[in-house]
Amino acid sequence: MTEYAAAPVVAPTLARQSLFRRLLRNPVAVAALAFLAVVAVVAVVGRWIAPVDPTLSSLQLVVADPSAAHPLGGDSAGRDVLSRLLSATQISIAGALLALVVALLVGVVGGLIAGYYGGLFDTVSSWLTAIVMALPAIVVLLAARAALGPSIWVSMAIFGVLLSPAFFRLVHVSVRAVRDELYVDAARVAGLSDARIIGRHILGVVRAPIIIQSAVLLGIAIAVQSGLEFLGLGDQAVPTWGGMLNDGFAQIYRAPVLMLWPSLAIGLTSMALVLVANAARDELERSAPRARARRPPAAGSDTRVDRPAMILHPDDRRTSALDTDVLLRVRNLVVAYDREGEGSTEVVKGVDLEVRRGEVHGLIGESGSGKTQTAFAILGLLSSGGHIEAGSIEFAGDRLDEGGEGSYARVRGRRIAYVPQEPMSNLDPSFTIGSQLVEPMRVVLGLSRGEARSRALALLERVGIPDPAHAFAAYPHEISGGMAQRVLIAGAVSCDPELVIADEPTTALDVTVQAEVLDLLRDLQRERGMAVLIVTHNFGVVADLCDRVSVMQSGRIVESGPVDAIFDHPEHEYTCSLLGAILEDGDARKPLESHKEITR
Amino acid sequence: MIRFILRRLLVGLVLVIAVSALAYTLLYANSDNIARRILGQNATAELVARKAAELGLDRPLWQQYSDWFVHAVQGQFGRSWFTGELVATGVTSRLSVTLSIVIGATILSAVVGVVLGVLAATRGGWVDRLVQFVSILGFAIPGFLVALGLVLVFSLQLGLFKATGYVPPTSSIAGWLSSVTLPVVALALGTIVVVAQQVRGSVADARERDYVRTLRSRGLSSRRVVARHVLRNAAGPALAVLAVQFVGLLGGAVIVEQIFAIPGLGQLAVSSTVKADIPMVMGLVMATAVLVVLVNLVIDLAQAALNPKVRLS
Repeated sequence: MTEYAAAPVVAPTLARQSLFRRLLRNPVAVAALAFLAVVAVVAVVGRWIAPVDPTLSSLQLVVADPSAAHPLGGDSAGRDVLSRLLSATQISIAGALLALVVALLVGVVGGLIAGYYGGLFDTVSSWLTAIVMALPAIVVLLAARAALGPSIWVSMAIFGVLLSPAFFRLVHVSVRAVRDELYVDAARVAGLSDARIIGRHILGVVRAPIIIQSAVLLGIAIAVQSGLEFLGLGDQAVPTWGGMLNDGFAQIYRAPVLMLWPSLAIGLTSMALVLVANAARDELERSAPRARARRPPAAGSDTRVDRPAMILHPDDRRTSALDTDVLLRVRNLVVAYDREGEGSTEVVKGVDLEVRRGEVHGLIGESGSGKTQTAFAILGLLSSGGHIEAGSIEFAGDRLDEGGEGSYARVRGRRIAYVPQEPMSNLDPSFTIGSQLVEPMRVVLGLSRGEARSRALALLERVGIPDPAHAFAAYPHEISGGMAQRVLIAGAVSCDPELVIADEPTTALDVTVQAEVLDLLRDLQRERGMAVLIVTHNFGVVADLCDRVSVMQSGRIVESGPVDAIFDHPEHEYTCSLLGAILEDGDARKPLESHKEITR
Repeated sequence: MIRFILRRLLVGLVLVIAVSALAYTLLYANSDNIARRILGQNATAELVARKAAELGLDRPLWQQYSDWFVHAVQGQFGRSWFTGELVATGVTSRLSVTLSIVIGATILSAVVGVVLGVLAATRGGWVDRLVQFVSILGFAIPGFLVALGLVLVFSLQLGLFKATGYVPPTSSIAGWLSSVTLPVVALALGTIVVVAQQVRGSVADARERDYVRTLRSRGLSSRRVVARHVLRNAAGPALAVLAVQFVGLLGGAVIVEQIFAIPGLGQLAVSSTVKADIPMVMGLVMATAVLVVLVNLVIDLAQAALNPKVRLS
C-alpha cells in the first residue's frame, strides 16, 4: 500500500469546460463526490456534533451493544464509538491533508525548478528520489516514530516528503516537454518573466494530472496513516480511524463489530478518492485529442457511390483466365474498421482481383488507397477492429473468408506468405534472426531443430547474406535494414509458398539496396515458380517486375490488365496520371476531378 | 555483462551508503529526546544527560556515524539497548520468515497478475471489464483491511487457516502452509492488480507490433505468438513494476505480520519502534535497503536476459 500509483499519463486538454462539471455527468463520480462531501463536512463539524466526549470512558459502556444513547455502542475502554468516529474523522483527514500539502509543496516546486533550470539541481533531485524510493514508506515512518515520538503530524509531514516524487516526476516530465515548445520560446521573446511562464504555461498543463494524482495520494495517505495507528504507533490520546481499528482488532474475538465502523470509514473514503480520480482520468482522456498509432487510413468517405466499372484490358489468353490458372480470386471485397461508438469506416470498397499461378501481379495506387488493407484481408490479418464486410476471397479453389480463422491458418505460411514494408519493425527484437526463421519451419513443416537450422542457413545464403552463420546468431538491431529485408524474404519463402504477398518491399530501403532486393524477389519467383502479388505505389517497380497490374484508387480497382497493355493504352484518368508522374516523356499531370471529389 | 553487473552493484552501494547516512541522521539527531524516551518523561535532566553519555549520544553526530560506519563495514551493527541481542542476529534470525512471505507474495502476484493481464488484453469484452473493475477495488482498499477481512472470514468463521502464529517449515510443512497462506494472499492482492494492469497494457501494446503480424503470416498461431513473442516483449515493463512493488510488499509485510502474529522483521520493527530501540531500528533500515538493492539487481539481470539491447548497453 505504500507504492505510488503510476503517474497517470494524461494528455493536456485544451477543453475549456471545467473538469468538475463534466464529472457531474458520471453517476459513479457523483456518488463518490457526494460521499467525500459528507466526510468533509463531518471532518469540519464532527467534534461539535459528537454526542459525548470521545475520550470519556465509562465502565457500563465497555464493549456495550448499541443503544438509544449510544447508537454504535462502546469500545474496549468504555468510550462512545459514534463520538469517537465523528472526532476521528477530523484528525484522520487533517493528517492526510497535511501529507498531501507537503508532497505538493516539495514535489511541484522541486519538479518545476529541476525541469525548468535543469543542471545540478536536476541530478541531485533524481538521486534524492532514488533514495526515497529505495525504502518502503512504512519503514521510514517507523524510524521517524522511533526517533521523534508518536506525533501524527510529524509522521504525516514526513510521509508527504516520501510521496513528493510522484508529483516531482509528473511536473518534471511535463516541464521538460513544455520547456522546449515554441510557444514558451515565444513567451520568452515577448519578455515574460520565468515566473509568469511557469505560472501560465506549465502549471496550466499539469494542473489536471496533479488534481487526479492528489486524489490518489490522499487515499494512500489515509491508508498509511491508519496503518501506522493500527500498529499501535499513533498517539493514543487522540481518536483516529486507525486507532479505533486497533482497538477493534484487540477485541476481535469479543466484539469484531468494533472493527466495522473504522474499516468502513477508511475503505469507503479510499475507494471514493480512487473512483473520483479514475472518472476524472477517463474524462480527460476522452476529451484529449486522440493520437492513435497505426490506425488504418480511411479512404475517403464511406458513402457508397455507384461503383464505376473496372476497366479490364484483354490479354493474350482470355479476359478471364481458366479457373485452374487462377490462384487467388478476390471478388467485391469490402473491408471496414469499427469506429468508436459510431458504425464503421470502409477502407476497401469492392475490390476485384485475380492472381494467376506463377505470375507477378502489381497492385498499384497512392498511399491510403486501400492496397495494404486488401493484402491484410487476403492474409486474414487485419488489425483489431477490422473485418471483411462483403465479398469473397478464394485461394486455389477454397473460400478463405468463409471458414473463419481455421481456413486462413491452413494456408498462411505454407501456401501464402508475406513480405512486409518496414523491415526493422517486422522482426521481433527479443529473438535472434535464426530462431525467428527456425520457429515457423518447425511448426509449419514439422522439421527437426537441426533440419530447420540447416535450411535456414541455406536460405540466408540464398538471399545474399554474406555471413549466414553470423546473421543466424544476430539480433535484429545488429543488422542493417537491407539485410533485415533479405531475412524477411527468406522467412517468407521458407515454407515454399505458392503465393507471396509483398507489401511495398523496397519503400523503406536505400535506393541502392532497392534494386538488389527487387532482383532477389524476381529470381526467387522464377526459381520457385511462385506467384507474387506486389503492392507498390511505384510504376517503375511494376515495369521492372510485373506481368499484370491492377490500379487501385480510393478503395477500388479502377483498371487491370497486362503491364504492356496498361503502359501502352492507359484508359483510366487515374492510371494516366500515375504514369505521367514517372514517364519523362509523358504529358504534364492534369488536375484530377474524380480524385478530388472522393477525398474531399 | 560483468561490467554491467559491476556498475549496477556500485550504484547500489552508493545508494545504501546514502540511505545509511540519512537514516542515521534522522535517528540520532535528537539525542536528548532519545534518552528521555528511554527513561520516561519524569526523568531529571541530569539522568537524561548521563544516559545519553552512556549510550555515546553526547558526541558529535558525524563522529557517531563514522564510528557506526566503520563497525558496520565489518558486519558489526551493535546491540539492542533493551535486550542486549546483537542487531545482526536479531535481523538475520527473522529475515527468513519475512522473506518467505514477501517472496511468496511476489510469486503469487507475478503469476496471477500475468494471467489476469494477458486474459484482459487478449480476450477483451467482459473479461477485460471484470479485471478493470477488480483492479479498481484492489487498488482502492487498503491491504490491511483486506487482511482483516480474510482473518474474519477464513480463520474465525470458516476455520480453514490458522488465524495467528507461525509454524516453521522445518517442524511441519502443512502447518507452515496453513500459517502463511492468508498473509501471502493478503499481501499479494494489492500487487496483483498493479501487475495485471501493467501486463494488460504492455501485452495490448506488443500485440499491435508489426512483427506479430509477420510471425502470424508465417503460419504461427495467435496463441503461440502471444505465449512466446508478445509475452517476452511485454515482460520488461512488468518486471520493472514488480521491482517497485517489492518495496511496497516489504512495507506491507510490517502490518500483515502484526495482524497474523508472525515473528518476522515487521514485528521486530514495530516492537523496536515502540521502545525507541534505535540500534535495532537502524539495523532494520539497512537490511531493508540492502534487500531492495539486491532485488533491483536481480530484476536488472532478468531484464538483460530478456532484452538483448539492455545487455549490450
